[in-house]
Amino acid sequence: MRIGVDVGGTNTDAVLLNGKRIVSSTKAATTVDVTTGIVQAIREVLRKATLLPGDVKSVMIGTTHFTNAFVEGKRLLEVGIIRIAAPATLSLLPLIGWPKELGNAIGRHVYLVPGGYDYDGREIAAFDEAAVREAVLDIRRKGLRAVAITSVFSSVNADMETAAAAIVGELMPEAHVTLSHEIGRVGLLERENAAIMNAALSDLSSQVIKSFRKALSDLGVHAAFFISQNDGTLMAADVVERFPVLTIASGPTNSMRGAAFLTEKTDAIIVDIGGTTADVGALTNGFPRESSVAVNIGGVRTNFRMPDILAIGVGGGSIIREAGPENRRTSIGGRVTIGPDSVGYELTEKALVFGGTSLTLTDIAVAAGVISIGEPAKVAHLDKAFVADALEEMHCRLDDAIDRMKTSFESVPVILVGGGSALVKRALAGASEMVVPENAGVANAIGAAIAQVSGELDRVYNFDTCARDVALSDARDIAFARAREAGARDNIRVLDVEEVPLAYLPGGAVRIRVKVVGDLPVELGA
Amino acid sequence: MKLELEDVEDFARGAAFLGAGGGGDPYIGRLMLEQAMAQFGPVTFVDIEDIDDDALLVPAAMFGAPTVIVEKLPNGSEAEKALQALETFLGRKATAIMPAEIGGVNALLPVVLASRLGLPVVDCDGMGRAFPELQMVTFSIFGHSASPLAVTDEAGNTVLITARNDADAERLARHTVLAMGASAQICCYPMSGADVKVCGVRGTLTLAFEIGRTIRIARESHKDPFSDLLSYLERTEYYGKCKILADGRIIDVRRETRMGFAIGTVKIEQTGGGRITEVQFQNENLVARSDGQVKAIVPDLITVMDRETAEPITTEGLKFGQRVKVIGTSAPPILRTPEALKVVGPRCFGLDEDFSPIETL
Repeated sequence: MRIGVDVGGTNTDAVLLNGKRIVSSTKAATTVDVTTGIVQAIREVLRKATLLPGDVKSVMIGTTHFTNAFVEGKRLLEVGIIRIAAPATLSLLPLIGWPKELGNAIGRHVYLVPGGYDYDGREIAAFDEAAVREAVLDIRRKGLRAVAITSVFSSVNADMETAAAAIVGELMPEAHVTLSHEIGRVGLLERENAAIMNAALSDLSSQVIKSFRKALSDLGVHAAFFISQNDGTLMAADVVERFPVLTIASGPTNSMRGAAFLTEKTDAIIVDIGGTTADVGALTNGFPRESSVAVNIGGVRTNFRMPDILAIGVGGGSIIREAGPENRRTSIGGRVTIGPDSVGYELTEKALVFGGTSLTLTDIAVAAGVISIGEPAKVAHLDKAFVADALEEMHCRLDDAIDRMKTSFESVPVILVGGGSALVKRALAGASEMVVPENAGVANAIGAAIAQVSGELDRVYNFDTCARDVALSDARDIAFARAREAGARDNIRVLDVEEVPLAYLPGGAVRIRVKVVGDLPVELGA
Repeated sequence: MKLELEDVEDFARGAAFLGAGGGGDPYIGRLMLEQAMAQFGPVTFVDIEDIDDDALLVPAAMFGAPTVIVEKLPNGSEAEKALQALETFLGRKATAIMPAEIGGVNALLPVVLASRLGLPVVDCDGMGRAFPELQMVTFSIFGHSASPLAVTDEAGNTVLITARNDADAERLARHTVLAMGASAQICCYPMSGADVKVCGVRGTLTLAFEIGRTIRIARESHKDPFSDLLSYLERTEYYGKCKILADGRIIDVRRETRMGFAIGTVKIEQTGGGRITEVQFQNENLVARSDGQVKAIVPDLITVMDRETAEPITTEGLKFGQRVKVIGTSAPPILRTPEALKVVGPRCFGLDEDFSPIETL
């Protein structure tokens, strides 16, 4: 038995799974402290299933703790930022492009020291132990407790990052240290940003993991527990303590993975309609397609593994308006606009059918007879043509979003999940079939409970000095080792290999990216 | 004009438009320019007519693999050191800096250098757009030599190249850059004010800024950025023949990397169905054909832009399903002469086609 929990902006959903069977499920309100809501949801699925807590072997949690903390700039540690790169990179200092308040919350403790590597592994400058020691002593003097270390091309050679970490370990044994090569990809600023974010979250992550542990043991659940990360795989709790940043934006991923599980489809477009947005993503080989561009989180540019999600402002709580000259461009039909603003979690107070004064998409659906909630009499006065136009506008917006997320011309299955999936009443364009699985409302929690872990490698190899097959198998071996380190035991397989020669230059330099995925030990995953 | 810190984003957007799909993502260049301006102040763009005939003008550029440039970021003083090497060799100081290429990241780098040195930038470049090779500039078309040229890496290592011809200069520079870790900066084509008055593509820095500004203002006032952009371009001296070549969505993208170039095609289906427009690219967009018929061809500019925001999309950024408009714009007359077409015409990119001006297609 295992429990999956997913924390959303409005609801905290939980499911209890026995193998592939859903034993019980629940939706509880998300609480301000997040943890209380999680505990309530777990208690509820156990109660519904009349199970003893001891029967649960593992708990998987998708949480917004770290995203919230980062976006709100709260509960972040100040970070000592060490960049091993001089004389390279000095034209762009750490924290460039960060929103001012966030940069201030992190502090501006920046140390640029000599070192780093070229793409072919040659040293840009020798590692300067004295300079690093001096930086670390200054960080210690300032009383900081988190350090982020980034060196140029640490994906090619991590030795200098590791050597600097050893000095921090010696002088500041209590400090949290984040090394960029453990989190990000090629692209110095984005990887450094991710490392800084991770270091800033390190105190919070220890607290959160501790409070989860305590909450679970208070409930009598003595199970292994995991947190879902943004690529749709899991991390063991103690790994999350070290890499909280990898959990950011795991919500949409969990929905997509859950939809795949419920429908047993591996390639489809998933439309998750919530209260404020519809999140549309593409599932390939059972995993969300990853975004190929830099992703902004709270205004900070990063490049770690994020699902490629198109969020459009169409949800059950979206405000409906007649299109006027100033907003006609946002309307496809030209008569009605939907969102992007929404009443969100206040739907049950503000929507017309609940006695409120805001005309929402839910009201339109009730007036059109698509769904039946609240008091239909309160929307009886709406003009029939307007209601029909609004409903058609919603379908057109979804058609359009699906079309944007498709990767080829062929029709694909479309899976609808989320609370708003009931609003869709006709086949969407480009769909070979429309699937609304049972338990679609808790697909996210089911997605969290899918027990797989991943490993990845992103590095530049030189085919002039290292044969292509040797390079590929080296990359694969490292990715496999990383998956095993993350807890994978069985069925480890390659999910994706990317080979991109470096443009504009002669020579055989090629960037190789390998991603593998594997299953957790069977006793935990079942 | 004076380019201030708050103008950098507009300037970068215009440079991306003039990149015609290539020239690299200006993001890093934009950040470098913002950081340089915050520290060293704004930069003045000077009209070439206001430059003395015997002034020394030096183009500067970033040179390397984009994947590497985003990892091994520049030190910041590379171009300065390359310039010094060139000045020492020539025995005189530069009067002003200029871009060799106004399209993409290389529009910004010379402005960074100018800000750091407190020098003006000549409102001129050698392409009026972006091209993939060092010798594809009007400077070379008019017989000026790329060398002496200086290449500098992040450590300040500098190689000065004097070559018998531009092909050799290009080859030696590329191998030098590779040995420098695939990311360096270069100063080349030193010329006099009189030279540039003849061979420069004029007014292109102000043009880039105005293009970026026009798009931003249209967006902010909820107007159609494309109609504002086209009516702005129509008022310019060189870029006045412009039109929307396609308006629809991308239904196919094919690309491969061959000989260090990103080569491929993108197909756009017209909204409302029917017509298919195909754009062929080699780093930059080369030719647009609708139902097999040429609608615009290099050196005229072909830029694919986001259909709503009018943000230019580089060829690396093209994806299936994107809603785009394709804009074709006439290249400056200096690029359309028979001599220029021998260097930057369709046949230089392996196309079996002669150049036809966009206004005749």
